[in-house]
Amino acid sequence: MPKDPTIKSVLIIGSGPIIIGQACEFDYSGTQASRSLREEGIEVTLINSNPATIMTDPVTADHIYLMPLTVESIRYILTERQIDAVLPTMGGQTALNLAIEAGEQGIWEKFNVKLIGVDLDAIELTENREKFRKLMVEIGMNVAPSFIANSFLEGKEAAQEIGFPLVIRPSYTLGGHGGGFVMHEKEFDEALRRGLDASPSHEVLVEKAVLGWKEFELELLRDSNDNVTIICTVENMDPMGIHTGDSITVAPAMTLSDTAFQRMRNDAIRMMRSLGNFAGGCNVQFALDPETEKLIAIEINPRVSRSSALASKATGYPIAKIAAKLAIGYTLDELKNQITKTTSAYFEPTLDYVIVKMPRWNFDKFYGSSHLLGLQMKSVGEVMAIGRNFLEALQKACQSQENNRMGLGADKKEWIRTQDILERLEKVSDDRIYRVKDALRLGVPRKSIQKLTQIDPWFIKQIKRLVDMEQVLQQRYNVAEDIPLDFFRDLKEVGYSDAQIAWLMRIKEEEVTKQRLKLGIKRTYKMVDTCAAEFEAATPYFYSTFDNENESIPSDKKKIIVLGSGPNRIGQGIEFDYCCVHGVLAIKEAGYEAIMINCNPETVSTDFDIADKLYFEPIFWEHIEEILNLEKPEGVIVQLGGQTALKLAAKFHEKGIKIFGTSYNSMDLAEDRGRFSDLLKDLGIPYPRYGVATDADEALRIANEVTYPVLVRPSYVLGGQRMRIVINDGELEHSVLGIFKHLPDHKVLIDQFLDRAKEAEIDAICDGTDVHIMGIMEHIEPAGIHSGDSSAVLPTYSLSKTAVDTMIEYTRRLAMALKTVGLINIQFAIKDDKVYVIEANPRASRTTPFIAKAYQVPYLNIATQIMIGSKKLSDFDIQKNLSGYAIKVPVFSFDKFPNVDKALGPEMKSTGEAIRFIEDLNDPFFREMDKRRSMYLTR
Amino acid sequence: MDESIGGKAVLLLEDGTVFHGKSAGKLGTTTGEICFNTGMTGYQEIFTDPSYFGQILVATNAHIGNYGIKSQEVESDSIKIAGFICKNFTNDYSRNLADESINDYFVREDLVAISDVDTRAIVKHIRDKGAMNAIISSEIFDLEELAKILSKVPSMKGLELASKVSTDQPYFLGESTASLRVAVYDFGVKRSILKCLVDRDCYLQVFPAQTPFEEVENWQPDGYFISNGPGDPEPMKYAVESTKKVLASNKPLFGICLGHQILGLASGVSTYKMHHGHRGINHPVKNMITGKCEITSQNHGFGVDPDSIRQLEDKIEVTHINLNDGSIEGMKIRDRDAFSVQYHPEASPGPHDARYLFDQFIQYMKIRKPEQVTDEQHS
Repeated sequence: MPKDPTIKSVLIIGSGPIIIGQACEFDYSGTQASRSLREEGIEVTLINSNPATIMTDPVTADHIYLMPLTVESIRYILTERQIDAVLPTMGGQTALNLAIEAGEQGIWEKFNVKLIGVDLDAIELTENREKFRKLMVEIGMNVAPSFIANSFLEGKEAAQEIGFPLVIRPSYTLGGHGGGFVMHEKEFDEALRRGLDASPSHEVLVEKAVLGWKEFELELLRDSNDNVTIICTVENMDPMGIHTGDSITVAPAMTLSDTAFQRMRNDAIRMMRSLGNFAGGCNVQFALDPETEKLIAIEINPRVSRSSALASKATGYPIAKIAAKLAIGYTLDELKNQITKTTSAYFEPTLDYVIVKMPRWNFDKFYGSSHLLGLQMKSVGEVMAIGRNFLEALQKACQSQENNRMGLGADKKEWIRTQDILERLEKVSDDRIYRVKDALRLGVPRKSIQKLTQIDPWFIKQIKRLVDMEQVLQQRYNVAEDIPLDFFRDLKEVGYSDAQIAWLMRIKEEEVTKQRLKLGIKRTYKMVDTCAAEFEAATPYFYSTFDNENESIPSDKKKIIVLGSGPNRIGQGIEFDYCCVHGVLAIKEAGYEAIMINCNPETVSTDFDIADKLYFEPIFWEHIEEILNLEKPEGVIVQLGGQTALKLAAKFHEKGIKIFGTSYNSMDLAEDRGRFSDLLKDLGIPYPRYGVATDADEALRIANEVTYPVLVRPSYVLGGQRMRIVINDGELEHSVLGIFKHLPDHKVLIDQFLDRAKEAEIDAICDGTDVHIMGIMEHIEPAGIHSGDSSAVLPTYSLSKTAVDTMIEYTRRLAMALKTVGLINIQFAIKDDKVYVIEANPRASRTTPFIAKAYQVPYLNIATQIMIGSKKLSDFDIQKNLSGYAIKVPVFSFDKFPNVDKALGPEMKSTGEAIRFIEDLNDPFFREMDKRRSMYLTR
Repeated sequence: MDESIGGKAVLLLEDGTVFHGKSAGKLGTTTGEICFNTGMTGYQEIFTDPSYFGQILVATNAHIGNYGIKSQEVESDSIKIAGFICKNFTNDYSRNLADESINDYFVREDLVAISDVDTRAIVKHIRDKGAMNAIISSEIFDLEELAKILSKVPSMKGLELASKVSTDQPYFLGESTASLRVAVYDFGVKRSILKCLVDRDCYLQVFPAQTPFEEVENWQPDGYFISNGPGDPEPMKYAVESTKKVLASNKPLFGICLGHQILGLASGVSTYKMHHGHRGINHPVKNMITGKCEITSQNHGFGVDPDSIRQLEDKIEVTHINLNDGSIEGMKIRDRDAFSVQYHPEASPGPHDARYLFDQFIQYMKIRKPEQVTDEQHS
């Protein structure tokens, strides 16, 4: 059936601020959907309260409403615009819940809006645990034995019936919230109470735990003619018991026979069809008993999800893009494969590589919380890696994490005490995969490891191969020249970085690299093409490996590389992906070939049709260097990808690669506390007293010099990690010792803390001649709360004109002195109308997208054009467009960490942000926030 | 570790392209026509599918061998491919239900294989240059010598191979009391096809490829099944003759793959050798009668000619087409209960989307035999 002609205007609902379990994958799906619909000539309206999204950008949609995701906002939009249909499946559970709520209030009916891509009854069925179970039994699916409980007593009875271990799954919650395993009776009461509390309907499912069963996920697409395809099958390396968002997952499934897979495929299709007749994406999860291969249906989600974003990147099949077309009436056989452009969209992608997704956790940000993994998702981001074999992909995933790992171990972070290791194998935390290898290295039998972890023996055997190879390397060879060519190749083919090989041989990394290149062992690039090369593909989406043929042939155009921001984590999230995407678009606009390098599957920047060429690779020097050698770009842009990209600036500088925009020297100057303070002094700009200490004695001396209270933090960290405000010698000592213990390579910075000061920040663009002030934001919370956790009001609302003028003047002076070309963010503290500069970051900041959205100015485009020198500030006519104020409101995910300290301080804890527009300062929302400020002040 | 794994091995293609890799399976030399299969599961079913007889198979999936070998999951009694090529030969397997490792299986079945070659480059080469003969060796490394051996391998075009994999003697399958009798012409039939029929209450007699029609007809079957198999259909005059007689008998007929091509030839449609064939488990097919689509399992290097079928439009109806390249995937003889598909509705490996075709065959037979069928017997 072709497109429904009655649909001319569609509303897409976004997912709001980033929280754990709902991250930027929905920016990716929303953006894809919007572009896909516009391609069809449909007018797209978007609502989302998250300003750091590409979906809410004029490049994506026709009409954008940066409003709270509430029924009132929907009503407002529908009153203002003629909307024919609403697509609520692109914005996660948040969008679905809003669609349901609006439906219950009769809004859709009243405004004659069709719901597309979804069947509300189907949603209800999948969210209501008992109804879902009944349906599964009805269609002949196996499910784990379970009982529904609406009260404490009913729950107790259910547990008695089922026995332990069991699972508690609250109805209608997100990301496994409130659920968990109960291994023993004594833990049951508390777990049941928590589950009942978490469920909005005060209902839980008490279910037999199928611990240790293998876990698989299938991503399905269905059209209105009931044609179904399986886009991707994902195997969770971590078995049942760990939330899939917290599991290391692999595609294609590694340990599944065709007989088992086809049963799963049939069941998945049957399950999807049993849920009514909606057209769109769907995710189905199964548990498989490794003994008998019996299958149990775990869950079905009739919408696009984090898994479908991963599946899209893993296969090259853009699920959200196609799902959007299906929602407006197309059938799969009418659409083309978006990668080959010649074959049908109705097919099942096939892979000739392996992908590994690895979650990124941030436990160090949540003191007091349990680091154990379970049913409730705790990771804040993820990376995906592509290799020609499982081990290569796994090691690349480790290299993508940006937590200073060089691969899977072999990087001086190994554990050596068997007892500690075994304990960690059983009590799963973020480091289990490394501990599996440690255990194998220490000779723990594979069987024991399997028993403790329940990880399928295949994966353990694979990791054992690494251990064996390392032994050969260490026992037989002393210097890099000793390694025979074939063995060297083998090592590289299973993903070892030169740094790992160097560490294992206790030699220098450069020696390994030199010898490797001498032997001609270089990366080649293969295409992700949905079809294992069966058909010619037109889409330049590549990954590296060590195979023979290189498929990435550099064009003769002038190229610029943009480095992405890697996995989301606290302090570096979607906002930098927003910046990267705009950077790429601006580079294309300026006539260059734009090349993107990134490893975060949730992002828009890794969509295959954003950049001219996409390398899905770790932001890891060895990988980047080979891409540079192949592509020979004019230069790279590091200002847009947050700290990740910036950290590599020194390497680029050292290797003589051109960095577009602000020079490495200036970036280093801004980062280096001593040099930066000297510069401020020269410029006559006040700054808080400070000192740098390398040991505790020095720290005590400095603290007394700058006078308490002082701010203590390690140098060169992100998001204020381990940053504390201390008021006396005792507290200082405790804090300093903590830093040296956990971050032994770092120095300690001690700053005078300006108590009861106001904080403000400026984002600006400088082209070397002129400085343009993009925005001045005043924080509602006083100094001492991390800027990422502060509510920032644009423009300032209580600072004096003198203070504002001084800030502007300091910004100009600093931007010029740092020879800034591109973006700069400067943070200020204002006490008694005196302005201090706290820090300056010559790069895109967390607030850049917020300002761009609030003023409706394409600042990232402007900044990129200036960085690459294609335009000057004077070429732009910048018109800021804002009536009243815009507030950046931080959002937290504390509910995922029950025992965590929720107090805000100098260490950032928020996972996302929303934008809120207010007319004036009498706005009740603002007044409420302002009241909180006084609360902080009195503490 | 087995000695045969990881030694030197070489792959030489007819056009002189060489790939160096590592040995696997039996140490030795083997020849055949090179083809690739893009399925991510079901390697064992593919190895034993008689339609692959005489072919060297490239698996595009990154790892092969992960779930070992399970003796029941076979499509015939032995490995039928002539040689095997993959990227990561993964002898360490994990599956509780498995019986042995892939290398033990290869050694036991005398299959020569090569791994650690750039399979993607090979696929692109075949995609661009077309199917061609190839030689794998883990014992001879002299390229000239290999080329000499390779030059003696006949081209797949014009090659009759079905009789080499067909059964020697007729045999029975299923319950003799079953409600329908199906005569199977075995040109290399896959076990799962027979199972699909037996599961639908059919009693089968499987006949050697060259059994005269009269002999088969003597058994008084309710329908005829023309099987899949290897090689070029064109030289299979005997099969075309038998099929013509089946059509004349006016009994239901169902053909799969090679059987589809034979039905074509018997109805005046010509066949052709494809550039590099369709082999995989993800091929999109549209049923032109219902408008519904199905993901299909495919394995064919020959096809029925679309132009010649169109000229016979009044006689033959095209029932299925391939959504990727528009090739003919299914047809029905208009005035007969005779139909066929180019793909594999029995799957194994692959999706089960098209198993309804067996039901359709049963339906045709039942309609012709209404007195013996009650509702209770079939549901």
